[in-house]
Amino acid sequence: MKLVRLRDASRPRITLTLEGQAIEAQQGDTLLTALLAAGAGHLRESEFGDGPRAGFCLMGACQDCWVVVEGMGRVRACATLAAQGMEVRRG
Amino acid sequence: MKVAVVGAGPAGVRAVERLVAAGLSPVWIDEAPDGGGRIYQRPPVGLARDARTLYGFEAKRATSVHDTLDALKPKVDWRPETLVWHIRPEARTLNTLSRGRQAEVAYDAAILCTGAMDRVIPVPGWTRPGVTTLGAAQIALKTQGCGIGRRVAFLGTGPLLWLVAYQYAKAGAEVVAVLDTTSFATKMRAAPGLMLGGMTFAKGLYYTAWLRRRGIRIAEGVTPIAIDGDDNGVTAIAWRDAAGREHRAECDAAGIGWGLKPEAQLADLARVPFRHDPVQANWVPVRDGAGRTPVAGIYLAGDGAGIGGAEVAEIAGARAALALLADAGHRIDPIETVTLDGRLAMQARFRAALERAFPFPAHLARGIADDTLLCRCEGLRAGELRAAARAEAATGPATEVNRAKSFTRVGMGRCQGRVCGAAAAEVLAAELGCDVVATGRLRGQPPVKPIPIPAPVSAP
Repeated sequence: MKLVRLRDASRPRITLTLEGQAIEAQQGDTLLTALLAAGAGHLRESEFGDGPRAGFCLMGACQDCWVVVEGMGRVRACATLAAQGMEVRRG
Repeated sequence: MKVAVVGAGPAGVRAVERLVAAGLSPVWIDEAPDGGGRIYQRPPVGLARDARTLYGFEAKRATSVHDTLDALKPKVDWRPETLVWHIRPEARTLNTLSRGRQAEVAYDAAILCTGAMDRVIPVPGWTRPGVTTLGAAQIALKTQGCGIGRRVAFLGTGPLLWLVAYQYAKAGAEVVAVLDTTSFATKMRAAPGLMLGGMTFAKGLYYTAWLRRRGIRIAEGVTPIAIDGDDNGVTAIAWRDAAGREHRAECDAAGIGWGLKPEAQLADLARVPFRHDPVQANWVPVRDGAGRTPVAGIYLAGDGAGIGGAEVAEIAGARAALALLADAGHRIDPIETVTLDGRLAMQARFRAALERAFPFPAHLARGIADDTLLCRCEGLRAGELRAAARAEAATGPATEVNRAKSFTRVGMGRCQGRVCGAAAAEVLAAELGCDVVATGRLRGQPPVKPIPIPAPVSAP
């Protein structure tokens, strides 16, 4: 899944990492936006072996966008703002 | 008097406005950082907040809700980024979690304005990255300036289907298809009642006409076949038209949804009884026209009390606050309650017509193929639920949804049945050969959303 920036796309840049790889994002991005607009493709694997997941409701209800942030633990990527230097792992 | 209001969407804002006007200073709790609810959700700081761009025809309403919200914050105990994960009506206490910190909030009376989420019917491929709810597609655009893809298909039914398609096309995404499972004839039959909606109905017609004028592919009365994809996500959507012919459109994302369902978990934990509303095809908490529930001290307003939309939520929020104040012995202007009640009654007639225009297609849920993933949290396929419903099942047949949950884990996962619940009940009812009402309702469990369990501190 690739999120496409359609408007308001020239905000100050921030950098975070996904599985140790640098990701460029923009201030005001949620983690979900930051990762999926940068080409991460997915956020987690289903525990039941039925494939990758990348969130579904974007309103904090479905819990299908869990990722792990160093120092914060498990968070919903749709409801967590990305910040400079965040170290993120897939959930 | 200690009053708590949960939710800062249109219902919560208008409820708190009335409470503050009566001299009260409630505890006001919202899960989002800056209130507004889902419909008037504001982008995070750093993004442009031009109301006209974000909310279109609703800009005036959104701005009014936001301005009221901001003016009320210093007058109440405002607690943003706070989840109410449990309510204990016998102790009149809310359990909250905010940025990792637990708290208890005591109340004498509480107004729950907990909103709604999309109602979904699983389609083969619906768990692929690139498939989201219609609400999610709208939130991505509204609060992040992003489309869920570059070439997007929208599938489902209801006003949101057409609105989101319009918003995407307007924002510069390619809308490859708008696929409505409701037939044109069904919508036309409801047209006389829709006239009651006045401007709301007119806006709906405008979106549809705008999409048609742009030559965007539109199909009504469709049956979904699948959302296809590869390792990178979505590649195409396939459907059958009303005449049974198969079609396919290439796309890289799909938004799906069939109306809304109340987020009523807190009302459930507060032991408010529920009834099945045949018009909405939803289980809704029992309340009177003013928002009073049979549980002392618990009031409900907005979509969490039954789907009515944002305009109704504003009226109902004010009305519930007036009911609370009247019950607490405050003097209430009778003209105002009569006026609000009149507006609610009018809106209810429009809403009933809207539900008839875009009915929940239970037959699609009942017909989900055995090998289609039904419960995305627990990886359960429709066939597994059907097997549990059969008399020869080792456990004995699952004759209602809570037994089915125990036997198969349907609705037991991280979302607690929010996503699959409506469709699972239809699958179960079809297999049992009964009406969906007879299969019951998934009972709520605390916490209403997953919360971290702190590791126990070991004794020295």
